[in-house]
Amino acid sequence: MNHQQPDLDTSPEVSDEIRKTTCYMCACRCGIDVHMKDGKVKYIEGNRDHPINKGVLCAKGSAGIMQHYSPARLQNPLKRVGERGAGKFEAISWDEAFEIAEKCLKPIREKAPHKLAFFTGRDQSQSLTSFWAQQFGTPNYAAHGGFCSVNMAAAGIYTMGGSFWEFGVPDWDRTKMFMIFGVAEDHDSNPIKMGLSKLKERGAKIVGVNPVRSGYNAIAGEWVGITPGTDGLFVLAMIHVLLKAGKVDLEYLMRYTNAPMLVNVDADSDEHGLLLRDVHGQFMVQDRITGKPVAFDKKGVKPVFTGTITYKGTKYTPVFELMTKKYLSDEYTPEAVAERCGISAKTIRRLAAELAHVAFEQEITIDQPWTDWKGEKHETMTGRPVSFHAMRGISAHSNGFQTCRAIHLLQILLGSVEVPGGMRFKPPYPKPVGIHPTPHSYATPGGPLNGPHLGFPTGPEDLALNASGTPIRIDKAFTWENPLSAHGMMHMVISNAHAGDPYKIDTLFMYMANMSWNSSMNSRGVMDMLTDKNEDGTYVIPNIIYSDAYSSEMVAFADLILPDTTYLERHDCISLLDRPISEADAICDSIRWPVVEPDRDVRGFQTVLIQLGAKLGLPGFVNEDGSEKYQDYADYIVNHERRPGVGPLAGFRGKDGTGKGRGEPNPEQINKYIENGGFWKDHIPDEALFYKPWNMAYQNWAVERGIFDKPSPYLFSIYVEPIQKFRLAAQGKGELQPPDHLREQLIMAMDPLPIWWAPFEEQGVDCDEYPLHALTQRPAAMYHSWGSQNAWLRQIHGTNPLFVSGEVWSKHRFKEGDWAYLTSHHGKIKVPVVRMDALNPHTVWTWNAIGKRKGAWALDKNAPEATKGFLLNHLIHELLPSKGDGLRWSNSDPITGQAAWYDLRVKIEKAPAEDGVSQPETPAQTSPVGQGPKDIAYGEEF
Amino acid sequence: MTALPPTTAKKLGLVIDLDICVGCHACVINCKEWNTSNYGAPLSDQDAYGANPSGTFLNRIHTYEVKQDAKPAQIVHFPKSCLHCEDAPCVTVCPTGASYKRVEDGIVLVNESDCIGCGLCAWACPYGARELDAKEGVMKKCTLCVDRIYNENLPEIDREPACVRTCPANARHFGDFADPDSAVSRMSAERGGMRLMPEQGTKPVNRYLPPRPKADIQTSGDIDILAPFLEPVADTPKGLLGWLDKALEAL
Amino acid sequence: MHPAASVIIFTSLSGLGFGLLAFLGLGLPNVSGWSAFAFFFIAFALSVGGLLASTFHLGNPQRALKAFSQWRTSWLSREGVVAVAALLVMGLYAALSIFLDIRITALGWLGSALSITTVYCTAMIYGQLKTVPRWNMGVTPILFLLYALAGGALLATQLRLALLLLVALTITQILTWIRGDISFATAGHSIETATGLGHLGKVRLLESPHSGENYLTREMVHIVGRKHALKLRIIATFCLGLIPIAMLAFFNLDHISALLVVILHIIGLFVARWLFFAEAEHVVGLYYDAR
Ligand SMILES: Nc1nc2c(c(=O)[nH]1)N[C@H]1C(S)=C(S)[C@@H](COP(=O)(O)OP(=O)(O)OC[C@H]3O[C@@H](n4cnc5c(=O)[nH]c(N)nc54)[C@H](O)[C@@H]3O)O[C@H]1N2
Ligand SMILES: Nc1nc2c(c(=O)[nH]1)N[C@H]1C(S)=C(S)[C@@H](COP(=O)(O)OP(=O)(O)OC[C@H]3O[C@@H](n4cnc5c(=O)[nH]c(N)nc54)[C@H](O)[C@@H]3O)O[C@H]1N2
Ligand code: SF4
Ligand code: SF4
Ligand code: SF4
Ligand code: SF4
Ligand code: SF4
Ligand SMILES: [Mo]
Repeated sequence: MNHQQPDLDTSPEVSDEIRKTTCYMCACRCGIDVHMKDGKVKYIEGNRDHPINKGVLCAKGSAGIMQHYSPARLQNPLKRVGERGAGKFEAISWDEAFEIAEKCLKPIREKAPHKLAFFTGRDQSQSLTSFWAQQFGTPNYAAHGGFCSVNMAAAGIYTMGGSFWEFGVPDWDRTKMFMIFGVAEDHDSNPIKMGLSKLKERGAKIVGVNPVRSGYNAIAGEWVGITPGTDGLFVLAMIHVLLKAGKVDLEYLMRYTNAPMLVNVDADSDEHGLLLRDVHGQFMVQDRITGKPVAFDKKGVKPVFTGTITYKGTKYTPVFELMTKKYLSDEYTPEAVAERCGISAKTIRRLAAELAHVAFEQEITIDQPWTDWKGEKHETMTGRPVSFHAMRGISAHSNGFQTCRAIHLLQILLGSVEVPGGMRFKPPYPKPVGIHPTPHSYATPGGPLNGPHLGFPTGPEDLALNASGTPIRIDKAFTWENPLSAHGMMHMVISNAHAGDPYKIDTLFMYMANMSWNSSMNSRGVMDMLTDKNEDGTYVIPNIIYSDAYSSEMVAFADLILPDTTYLERHDCISLLDRPISEADAICDSIRWPVVEPDRDVRGFQTVLIQLGAKLGLPGFVNEDGSEKYQDYADYIVNHERRPGVGPLAGFRGKDGTGKGRGEPNPEQINKYIENGGFWKDHIPDEALFYKPWNMAYQNWAVERGIFDKPSPYLFSIYVEPIQKFRLAAQGKGELQPPDHLREQLIMAMDPLPIWWAPFEEQGVDCDEYPLHALTQRPAAMYHSWGSQNAWLRQIHGTNPLFVSGEVWSKHRFKEGDWAYLTSHHGKIKVPVVRMDALNPHTVWTWNAIGKRKGAWALDKNAPEATKGFLLNHLIHELLPSKGDGLRWSNSDPITGQAAWYDLRVKIEKAPAEDGVSQPETPAQTSPVGQGPKDIAYGEEF
Repeated sequence: MTALPPTTAKKLGLVIDLDICVGCHACVINCKEWNTSNYGAPLSDQDAYGANPSGTFLNRIHTYEVKQDAKPAQIVHFPKSCLHCEDAPCVTVCPTGASYKRVEDGIVLVNESDCIGCGLCAWACPYGARELDAKEGVMKKCTLCVDRIYNENLPEIDREPACVRTCPANARHFGDFADPDSAVSRMSAERGGMRLMPEQGTKPVNRYLPPRPKADIQTSGDIDILAPFLEPVADTPKGLLGWLDKALEAL
Repeated sequence: MHPAASVIIFTSLSGLGFGLLAFLGLGLPNVSGWSAFAFFFIAFALSVGGLLASTFHLGNPQRALKAFSQWRTSWLSREGVVAVAALLVMGLYAALSIFLDIRITALGWLGSALSITTVYCTAMIYGQLKTVPRWNMGVTPILFLLYALAGGALLATQLRLALLLLVALTITQILTWIRGDISFATAGHSIETATGLGHLGKVRLLESPHSGENYLTREMVHIVGRKHALKLRIIATFCLGLIPIAMLAFFNLDHISALLVVILHIIGLFVARWLFFAEAEHVVGLYYDAR
């Protein structure tokens, strides 16, 4: 016929050069190939060799170009000239910025270091920022974990020396049944998707436990549309059924857990509930043959799991029996929990049966001999191929710690942690509680703090309390209100500082957290606190220093802005001292390096912090002669040593660059990383791949790699003794005593075996009045607030409707395009609604952090994000509704202080559309960077 | 001329697996990123930071809810780019010859220097696979990454479409449907690969693999087969502990 | 479909223009000199103006010439080619008859045929689109031709003929609407066939790929309220058909009232043409669950 076609060049030049670095469009930290053309970033794709993403790249990662060239980038240091919150600034030089910061911080350090509160967001340099704060000497430092996922971290560490999240992964290649609880995206964003895909390819079963059936839950082979806050009950009911059927891995429990340890069951004893130890402090079990308590690790000992014995006049019962009795009680039958959980008893039983079936009938074995820490040799590695993963749907509830513990308990009972097909840790995890630091908070004016701020308390003696019992820390972390607040409580800082409770501070120094907006509860209230003035006209929080890279909502509230670079313009290290990027099979770390130079007067925050440290003369940042020790962050990354031979980067250490994990600083280290694609990866030896906590080969390898200084094998804690210590204190035992008003809560919550209680907000409001649960989910294509400045991503999520279940939709006679008022005990907002049937009927939800304040992010004041988008945070309060006892109870987990975002209860009613604008409307802030250009066509220049 | 070639040597296209697509939009943005600085004019954005942003994309993800009476609803994420139809109506309507189907591999392309931006091809496409770029006034569509799949400046392993390479869930596969033995042909045959809107007679090359059945919707009570796994070993806690002792003895 | 002013003007005016040319080519009315000039002027103004309006719809009008190349496959290309041929032939015919008073009947007939064919091609641009079932009906070209002929007859002051054609047009238009209302369903398109998910249950869009608009939603997903549409159909029926028919049938028209009939008819034509686009549903709307 008449076919004709033009000649086409199918081999056009792609780029002049590829620079390999690490993505930072989110905290997953994938490796990227940045294609450069004429000195500009042309195209970004995933690095195929990289351990995290193996070549793939998510939407945010691909949109990195638009973020890097965002019009919202701050251009120079800024000094506030208008009122706080208005966004009026004057550009200043870096010299002036340093001068202001120094003038502010120097006297604080000399007189009262605790008057500085230094809190950082989701950065990846916590090992530097915490070191800095420690050298400064303030007890008031933490990162964002307290409002994010401390329930997961703490429950994991206390139970099994490692958690889900970034520290553990399902054995994607072998698992046959996978349950995922309360996850929309998570930090392992790309790896989870890659993993799910592998499971599908192998025909493994995926069960999504989530009130909302979107994202991962949409593709799961089975969806369990649980009612929010009830996962603990659901899991304990499965445990009930499995125990009853004897479907638990007794050998695993005997070898690797404290199931046989003897618990003091004498209610009058001062050590009631604590574990029996011998004179060397070793745990004791009852020997099956002699019937006598012996050290658990004595050769050849076969422990008893049941019964009660008397030893030196005190009665003891093994953990296993206590546990079994607890969970066999009728309150945990599937029938008893079904209605509450919104899951039929039949489904609960079937899922338990499926777990038992896969775990015990589809056992897998790898022909790989290994030796355990007692020296016992094993010919094979055997695994029960069920695995779990969970995140903030569990974490962000006031019962999240214990719920997460319940999930871990189920995994352990099935013998599926650190075995082939189960859940595996990524080095440097697993690490028992014992080798983590305990919290430190002792400050001396002019000197450093007595140790690292954050850690894992092992008893009341580790709390951060003054002799008088008042909190030492401004966020009240590590107090009786939330003893195991291992990540601090960033979400309480502003309200405590504003209230002067426990004391007033002078300077709030924050980095990379949008605290006046999407990372705080009660956003309106927080804005008021930040702008509130004393009678003399000064601000209640006197100074606010903030580092951001973009014109965010928080910028408007700071007095001094230290503008950061974008991720393509700076050095960074993703260090094993911080949050790992390792795989279960390998230890890995990575860097970022300036693939392009900044075209503005901005500096990497870490460099600024190091330079500020030197100006303040902080130990660790100056040489003996007082000169600055490190020129910039790159210098620090290479030359800083935390322990001799161990520094921020583990790869290419030593003068010749062959050191792995240990070795003296290597001046060529960063270049080596760049040559190697931006990362370093070292495989775990085959015999060390599983059973890590108990595997001698792993333990020795970990010591070689600088993870531990000596082998540190340990047992999983079904029964968490440190928790019992707090309960014991609440029962009036021991020297350190909680205030009376907290005794009841401590006795209830500090149960050394996982339990469940109704979320606190639910207990505090009238559930007939507020019948619905309200949640947020992370959209895959947006990262919190910072994606909205991205011209490509904001076209996908420029607004966020409230998704309403079919039942609620019909009941309120909603129609397409309708608006609703959503009311909580704290506030009322107006939002657009959309029907969704694949949703737990008692739940409404929306995408997180799409709503924007007018004038922020270099967007038009009428941007849909500001007019139709909304924040659920306006409805969430940092305090619970008043109980009428005159006390203020915080809206958080009573054990860890984790912010209970997802406990929110609401009611809904139809609202007039009127102008079609969401409420509340926050007055606009002035943009220090103007508004972005009208039309763009990226790529024109190539 | 815009006549369709009577046959094409290869039929290159995509398999899109609806069973595993998590709706992450990774392919959407990587496609935009690749194509905005490669084949033809950039994919522009209008009012990019304004009140009514919109721009040109070659690939988009819809999210559907599917429900049967009295059963839980399910969600299906649905990626959509050009299906490189065998009987592509978008080609034959084109008045300028700008739209054409390649005889060697069946890729449907727009020769932008010939395109007058009349929009008729977009009207003729049933699938919404063509978008007129508001800045350049030319028609944009999925090129099947014709400038990647044969590109000798790329390592061999990367000679696949950007969206396929980037998809974290491996929900997109690229290959030749003219070859019955190709991975895509086999995958499509095994999993019942579907063509969209067959009643339009366009004969799309791209296939969609339907979602696999969901356990919570197909509620056939497999509890019965598994019930033995939950047979209580004893009726009382005491009895259970007794069982346990015996079981431990056996270890 | 988005009722863009440019395409409404293009199809309406060029239809009228070529309709008038078709009559002029047949020597109806039989005029010469200045009055011939006036008739031809109106005809060319309408047809050329309409064609020019269509270029406003183009992203790159400077390349419009390329649109003549694909007459073998593309109705749009054919329309261009035939329109130009019609204009050239009728231009020659007009010039000869106005300035030299020469009338070559065969040339006129050829011009008429070409003019009618042009209208047919215009209609087929829409009528061929399977993606728009309301257009993809055999009646579409008949309707367009009736519009052109009825309007042309009015303009050509062939009032008897006009009366008949208007009756035919009005009936056809009403039938087209009625038939059009079920065309989508008859064609068998549904969100289930569009997504292939029908075997799993009832399908509904939960989230659009983009929270704002895009080219597709602006161009092809246009929804007119049913009540609104009915009102406009009634207005159109009266303006383009019923009132002119009544006036032609029952009154002896003077210049003024004839002009009134023409104006009414054109208003009706515009309203109907607006509806032609606005009511047309493109199957892509299925993906947006917007119908
Ligand atoms: N794309 C993208 N990725 C991100 C982020 C981002 O903003 N965007 N943020 C990063 C950060 S900081 C974090 S902390 C992680 C968080 O990662 P996720 O844990 O995935 O975060 P959420 O979006 O809070 O998802 C919580 C999920 O829990 C469900 N849920 C809520 N309550 C319950 C409940 O009671 N039970 C169960 N079973 N489910 C429940 C919700 O429906 C939701 O699906 O993601 C990280 N990754
Ligand atoms: N309703 C509700 N609220 C929530 C949650 C929820 O699930 N629901 N999740 C909570 C959780 S888990 C988290 S982690 C928080 C997250 O909330 P935020 O920590 O506030 O997260 P972002 O919005 O990412 O804001 C971080 C700030 O860092 C800035 N930034 C980005 N890149 C850089 C950089 O390179 N350098 C510097 N210096 N700054 C940069 C951004 O511009 C932004 O102002 O939100 C919490 N809030
Ligand atoms: S998940 Fe996406 S945004 Fe996050 S690091 Fe990886 S590619 Fe970048
Ligand atoms: S990248 Fe893959 S999983 Fe994500 S939306 Fe595209 S096809 Fe679906
Ligand atoms: S999908 Fe649309 S644009 Fe692509 S070939 Fe088919 S008809 Fe043409
Ligand atoms: S828009 Fe361009 S490619 Fe499409 S039909 Fe018109 S000329 Fe052809
Ligand atoms: S094949 Fe290429 S052009 Fe087509 S959708 Fe995929 S990335 Fe976009
Ligand atoms: Mo977080």
